[in-house]
Amino acid sequence: MKHRTFFWFILPTLSAMILFIALPIVSVFVQSLFVAHEQVLVVSESCGPFGCTPTTSVDLEATEKLREEAPLGRFNGLGTYFNRSHLAIAEIGEAWANSDSLGTFWTQIYNLPFYNALIFTLTYTFVVTPAVLVLGLAIAVGVNNLPRALKGPSIFVSLLPFLVTPLVGSLILFWMVDGDGVIGATIQKIFNDPSLSLKASTALTWIMLIVYGIWHTLPFSFITFYAGLQTVPDDTLEAAQIDGASKWQTMIHVVVPHLMPLVSFVTLMLIMDNLRVFEPIVSFSAEAHARSLSWVIFNDLRESGNPLYASAGATSLLTIIIVIFLMMPVLVRTWRDFTRKSH
Amino acid sequence: MFLKKVTAAGAFAGLMGTAAFAADCGPEGQSIRILASDFPAIHAVAGAAEANCASGAAEFTRNHTTEARQIMNAALTPNPAEYTSVIVANSTLTQLMNDGLVRPLNDLVEKYGQNIPENLLISIDGNIMAVAFMANSQHLFSRKDLLEKAGVAEVPSTYAEMIDAAKSIRDAGIMEYPVVMNMKTGWNVGESFNLAFMAHGGEFFKPGTAEPSVNSPAGVAALETLKGLVEYAHPDHLTQASNETQGLWEAGQAALGIMWGSRGAPILDDEGSTAEITSNTVLSAAPSVEEGGVPGATLWWDGFTIASNVSDEEAEATFAALASALTKEMVMANNDDAVWLLDGFTPGAAAEGVSATAKAGAKPYPMIPQIGLMHNALGAELADFLKGDESAEQALADVEAAYITAAKEAGFLQ
Repeated sequence: MKHRTFFWFILPTLSAMILFIALPIVSVFVQSLFVAHEQVLVVSESCGPFGCTPTTSVDLEATEKLREEAPLGRFNGLGTYFNRSHLAIAEIGEAWANSDSLGTFWTQIYNLPFYNALIFTLTYTFVVTPAVLVLGLAIAVGVNNLPRALKGPSIFVSLLPFLVTPLVGSLILFWMVDGDGVIGATIQKIFNDPSLSLKASTALTWIMLIVYGIWHTLPFSFITFYAGLQTVPDDTLEAAQIDGASKWQTMIHVVVPHLMPLVSFVTLMLIMDNLRVFEPIVSFSAEAHARSLSWVIFNDLRESGNPLYASAGATSLLTIIIVIFLMMPVLVRTWRDFTRKSH
Repeated sequence: MFLKKVTAAGAFAGLMGTAAFAADCGPEGQSIRILASDFPAIHAVAGAAEANCASGAAEFTRNHTTEARQIMNAALTPNPAEYTSVIVANSTLTQLMNDGLVRPLNDLVEKYGQNIPENLLISIDGNIMAVAFMANSQHLFSRKDLLEKAGVAEVPSTYAEMIDAAKSIRDAGIMEYPVVMNMKTGWNVGESFNLAFMAHGGEFFKPGTAEPSVNSPAGVAALETLKGLVEYAHPDHLTQASNETQGLWEAGQAALGIMWGSRGAPILDDEGSTAEITSNTVLSAAPSVEEGGVPGATLWWDGFTIASNVSDEEAEATFAALASALTKEMVMANNDDAVWLLDGFTPGAAAEGVSATAKAGAKPYPMIPQIGLMHNALGAELADFLKGDESAEQALADVEAAYITAAKEAGFLQ
């Protein structure tokens, strides 16, 4: 394709991407560099149904004047990125200096909000992604080998978890794992421990969230792989059979390599999806045991009296950087395949 | 001449009042738009205002939503604002005042507020910013039948008595987890800490500054109190808020609870529970640290405000409409929906807890601009201690560190 033609061809997409993806990210980045103006506080007398008390309030005129002079706030550079709520450079240094063993150092790191959320988010991503890939492929192969009459209904049933809104799906599961719910009561019976609660233990909460994540995203990888399986050439499969390959060998050496581009695609999508895990944490009321990066952003913005835009912006950008970092191996691989093919 | 005027005015009022009674609705043909939370008492007030004054207004809309707190700052910021009035509470008023979104009401109170008692005018530095009409607070709920069965003679009045009573109930084999409290991670657990912190005489900030002072002996004592109580609460307590605790209570799975006064009426009514439970439920003052001490509760009021960014006529009409709703008749018609601060209220069984708590000297929820940030930090950082992963001092140090980081970003600290 000529460069000129290519340019006109890509222009609509490119402008949409700049408008809806690049500019918002730039805007978030700019906002993350500023913090709010100094709030001018005055002490005054406040009275109400329960008596009078001296109290502080914001001096609106003075604060308004500051705001008009610099609407973005005070420039803080990368200060927000390095403070305790984010990368916490100073706190890590202090923890390193003060801790006598790796264990105590680790506890102190885990106590910092950003790293706490990061550890859960990464654990979730690294468990759910491979599990969904492998199970999705397994189900796809299984369904593909079913008799024709059963295929339709089983595809439909396998897709169901994807049709349920995450918030609703996790809320239903939350009620089921309650001590009075179907799953919770059954587990209590199996282990013969009436005080066993899935919601009260950090480990069990993590497992619950991860199992929910696998259940919910499985249909996506299943249906993609199922579609891919329809394109495996019969000739190659027959050739493998004639060469005496077992079913398992055919699977590993013929089918999987054929599906590799799809595997890359599904992996990319899953990493992006799993890294922004959020709804189940809210629905499961799991904040005491598990927080994700998205939950941290939500929490910064929720305090509507004083939403912390810079904090939310900084966490968002750090999340984007982590996503790019995690996707790098897959992207590099795709790029290599692409350049190899074009030669 | 004077007489003539009076008769004319009287005849006019008589004409106006043929349909209902004559409420003074201020300027006619204005647009009145109210944003409010969604519970029966608020519906009663806004509904009465609508009944009185909708006919004379060009437009009368009410938006009742549980998300009012989340949208109100954004909705009042443009000029003209989306709503002419927001019905707020202690903490939400500061949220609006921090951005200068509500106007002083002194002149309007003078003109239309003859029926409003002085003590319901929320004033800051002489400026009336809101008009309160109902109160709420947390207090103790007890099941007297279960207490008797466990050999506890009196309803507990201190935290120590409450923990002892819980222990007796457990030891008697009546219930493994007799205590319910709103301990859900986030706003609720922060508020539960506030209750115990107030009872222990704690101060959130160094006086006159935004410097935190929760990592204090009072803070540690408050956390120890909470820990002592949740020892007897269901292991899932960190996921339980008002709806869950009310549910547990109505299901008969709790014997001692610290819950909101506004849950009193729904618990005592004949829906969702059995007569055995409701007839044995006693509402009393929130527990204190020592006999006769400050109860572990925060007093809340709900009241209305008028937006800054609306025309003076709209503001006047809105104020007049809402002020016209604060009547004896409205209160008597909705007596059990709230602890009304207005004339005509006869405290029923559902209001006993809040009245007793207020009488015992509970403190109001602090109306300080930076309290929201502190509350958020408490809600996020206390879970580690309650799970048993962290010492009280460490948890409070984390709260202060999280608060300081947020307060620096919001401009309260340098």
